Amino acid sequence: MTTKFTKDHEWVRVDGDVATVGVTPYAAEQLGDVVYVELPEKGRSFAQGADMAVVESAKAASDVYAPISGEVVDVNDALTGAPETVNESADDKGWFVKVKVANAAELDALMDEAAYADYVKGLD
Amino acid sequence: MAETAVLQKLPLDALWRAGSLRSSGAKKFGAFAGYDMPLEFEGLMAEHTWTRTHAGLFDVSHMGPCFVRARGASSHEAVATQMEKLVAADVAGLKPGQVRYAVLLNESGGALDDLMIARPADDALAGTLHVVVNAGCKLQDWALMARVFGADAELIRADNRALLALQGPRAGETMAALVPETAAMTFMTLRRFMHAQFGEMFITRSGYTGEDGFEILVDAAHAEAFAQALMAHEAVKPIGLGARDSLRLEAGLCLYGHDLDETTSPIEADLAWTIQKRRRLAADFPGADRILRELKEGPARKRVGIRPKERAPAREGVEIFSGDRKVGVVTSGGFSPMLSAPISMGYVDAAFAKPGTEIALNVRGQMRTAEIVALPFIPHRYVK
Repeated sequence: MTTKFTKDHEWVRVDGDVATVGVTPYAAEQLGDVVYVELPEKGRSFAQGADMAVVESAKAASDVYAPISGEVVDVNDALTGAPETVNESADDKGWFVKVKVANAAELDALMDEAAYADYVKGLD
Repeated sequence: MAETAVLQKLPLDALWRAGSLRSSGAKKFGAFAGYDMPLEFEGLMAEHTWTRTHAGLFDVSHMGPCFVRARGASSHEAVATQMEKLVAADVAGLKPGQVRYAVLLNESGGALDDLMIARPADDALAGTLHVVVNAGCKLQDWALMARVFGADAELIRADNRALLALQGPRAGETMAALVPETAAMTFMTLRRFMHAQFGEMFITRSGYTGEDGFEILVDAAHAEAFAQALMAHEAVKPIGLGARDSLRLEAGLCLYGHDLDETTSPIEADLAWTIQKRRRLAADFPGADRILRELKEGPARKRVGIRPKERAPAREGVEIFSGDRKVGVVTSGGFSPMLSAPISMGYVDAAFAKPGTEIALNVRGQMRTAEIVALPFIPHRYVK
């Protein structure tokens, strides 16, 4: 399993041909208290970079972009009733969707963990 | 030509950054009305809840505290006559030590700002008003006042002072521990103190959270010692601007530039109570034609509270529908930590303003059902 990261602070973890997508702990910290998550319907397909979900903190709404292209095969319904899970466990229990990977080559353009850590360090 | 965006610092900037006994320092700062403000300390929800259950300390020094003083005659009537040229509140009728909330009006009866006007109780300050206007409006407000007052009154900016707000159910006891005489103050009153440690202080029992509390104007030189003394009490924590916004929204209070602007009248904004009887009868304030007509016939649109039935917050700019018809727009919206649910305020056509009316909110292209509700969302707990 490899985990890759976008400049918009999504993470994508690939297991076979299915990728789990979420937002990073850094993003969750920046958002503050998450109060609402709007997830796409199963079966919808997204191109890389398209608006895929919305995460709202007490303060503002932010878009979550598809880190790779693919069809949504599962969504984390637990976030509907417990959106604070995004703050508590952004990189695990706070996952947003699972997508069927359409083009694995798209992953090559994303950052690995070390590159993302450097990227975040450069933002502060 | 590009404006140079140099943010002004609060008098207590260093304290909010460094932290204190009750806080490890603000973790987020942001620009608001030209000031670099602490937005969050431990987190919006925790700070919000703390204020509703204990006491929150807010630095609101970005706002525009000032004094208006009549020239020549040092009588309350003289200064009230000047102030009443700009507001519809009964300023002349203020009792010594009384505070009133008022709306600064343009000639069409629209709101230029909302403000607090207080009459000091001290004989030495007869003919002076203690006024606090909003941060984002203060330069325009002060210029307008100076122009309208002309030679009859002078405007004295309180630039060398800090303005702090202490809000919450434990504000009374913590303030009384430092200034015992405040225990006898009731809501919307002002007292001036000469404090042995903190110097001259203007303290009003007021605030903008719906809770009991105080706003304290104190010399900037003593402000840190005063803030530290408050935070020495275990009930007091510093609170950021983020929670200040969610607290005032729960309390159903207007934020100027959002829920009030130059086009909205006090009647549309459900602020008819800010216009006392003497002024209604005299009809002698800016925009009186429109305001009195709306009082009599009802306004075309009204400010209302809105409870979305689902969990998605409806924020400023979200359009409000009844069936296919657009009937209004959200002007403030977010999440209520106390109700654990989204809440909004907005303006709707008068026919849809009754509590219980079902409406739809267009949130990112999806129609979501909601209900008009009475304001405030959380009962006020003022000490009357």
